[in-house]
Amino acid sequence: MTLELGKPNQDVFAKTLLELAQQDKDILVMTSDSRGSGKLVPFGEALPDQLIEVGIAEQNLIGISAGLASTGKKVFAVSPACFLTARALEQIKNDVAYSDNPVRIVGISAGVSYGALGSTHHSLHDFAALRAINNIDIIVPADNFETREAVKALICHPHPVYLRLGKKAMPLLHPPETRFEIGKAITVREGYDITFIAIGETVAPAAIAADLLQTQGISARVISMHTLRPFDTDALLDAARATHGIITVEEHSVHGGLGECCAAILMQNQLAVPFKIVGIPDEYTITGSQVEIFNHYGISAEGLAATARQLLQIEVRS
Amino acid sequence: MDLTELQLKSIEYRKKTLEIIKHSGAGHTAGSLSCLDILNVLYNHVLRLSPETFNSPDRDRYIQSKGHSVEALYVVLADQGFFPSAELSTLNRYRSHFIGHPTRKVPGIEQNTGALGHGLSLAVGTAIAGKKDGRAYRVFTLLGDGELAEGSSWEASMTAAHYKLDNLVVIIDRNTLQITGRTEEVNGLEPLDDKFRAFGYAVRHVDGNDLSALQTVFDQLPFETGKPNLVLAHTVKGKGISFMEDVRAWHHKVPNDDEFALAMQELDQARARLLEGTTL
Repeated sequence: MTLELGKPNQDVFAKTLLELAQQDKDILVMTSDSRGSGKLVPFGEALPDQLIEVGIAEQNLIGISAGLASTGKKVFAVSPACFLTARALEQIKNDVAYSDNPVRIVGISAGVSYGALGSTHHSLHDFAALRAINNIDIIVPADNFETREAVKALICHPHPVYLRLGKKAMPLLHPPETRFEIGKAITVREGYDITFIAIGETVAPAAIAADLLQTQGISARVISMHTLRPFDTDALLDAARATHGIITVEEHSVHGGLGECCAAILMQNQLAVPFKIVGIPDEYTITGSQVEIFNHYGISAEGLAATARQLLQIEVRS
Repeated sequence: MDLTELQLKSIEYRKKTLEIIKHSGAGHTAGSLSCLDILNVLYNHVLRLSPETFNSPDRDRYIQSKGHSVEALYVVLADQGFFPSAELSTLNRYRSHFIGHPTRKVPGIEQNTGALGHGLSLAVGTAIAGKKDGRAYRVFTLLGDGELAEGSSWEASMTAAHYKLDNLVVIIDRNTLQITGRTEEVNGLEPLDDKFRAFGYAVRHVDGNDLSALQTVFDQLPFETGKPNLVLAHTVKGKGISFMEDVRAWHHKVPNDDEFALAMQELDQARARLLEGTTL
């Protein structure tokens, strides 16, 4: 019940972008003293003319990125998600989304990646904030494959987009023949009893939870909802109809993210199914590493398996 | 265009600006009047830009950071032929593209602005792109003085100097008033030129309501190789209408019928004086 471990998605992002940028001088990376955490030091060394540094100034980072994008540059603005989507939110709203300047905003070390550095460095609000802003897509890759494919797809993406990445090495989730398309969820495990709809770095624990549940006679579907907007409504509705309950899993506040997005869609489609949102509760976040925080709040194979059994009202003797 | 023609344009622009504000029942009256002469000189003398070249990658760019003075910009863009002047009668009306701050849905507008402290970063990004691509275009941005309390303007200024953006022209509409009162009483800005110099700009002072002086200063661009340009334009809020000049209350006050008639009368008299002076 272990998965082969890959690299941190941020490393794959930086490597893929370097490969693409070597063929296209219009690809530019913007950093706010963040090239180290963004794994972009090799990019800066290989293509110094294609990396623009602005120092620790996220508002400026986004505003300048928007100006560059308005001239046709393919700009990736890279900075910790916590600062980008809070301090620079007005620039994202106005200069990028409202003006339709197609900046690729890349929030790194997202969610609780920074662990014990605390809430200043956590981004548990970004889905909620960006979902309420018109004209910005939201992509959250679960593993190295999804990250690589997302970066490739974003080169020609004509509108603003937010790409959210974490810093921990991620298990490999997908067989080689998997197809990635923005806005199309990927089924990671087939199942008919219950469905985990997970996003980003919570897909791996959901997949392991499904494997655990299988040994207990429960068949769990796992969906990687890598695109929060545009949302794959069909994948959700199909899961709600084909299985007996939905558990959403996200490295985000339980308010305003994937879970409430799914709840709204289900209700407006008159689908009342057993339903549970797993995320970071509305409280002072516990201190710990990312994995400790995940475990504390039940975003773990054991925690999610227990939530599934609870929702299905099945007791399992250990 | 000679000076008298420019002067006549400023009078016509003022009339039209007040007319559309009056008609729509809303607008930033005094700030539009303070920056109107700057816009006049930019669009009729400085900018390499027209409706025909607006999609050219080599065009000069103008980004209005003080977006609330959009009525003056709409009037000038209409005069430049970006759209029929008659469309301005829809200002602020249901479903109109002509809203209270610039949007790209209006032909001739480069960026959606209105939240203060955004234009300079946008202009810096556009100027960096010009340098990278070896294009000769220049990027102009107009900031209000009250807006300078926004820290983002200073972040962008640091970057402008760091990347030696001598293709960037920052114009400050220094009318010394903001909605609450004098800038120096709200949150003091002075010594403003020292601050800009310290941030790496080549600074020029100009009377921002003197068309001839504005022409002269813009003709000197770039002021210094390797430095971003800063034009500190000393203006009068409400310029051109005696009872609006330097009066805080006119920030976004709409003239009533009597005030509007009086303002038109003053502008007509100014026009008559100008034509009389020309013929003598």
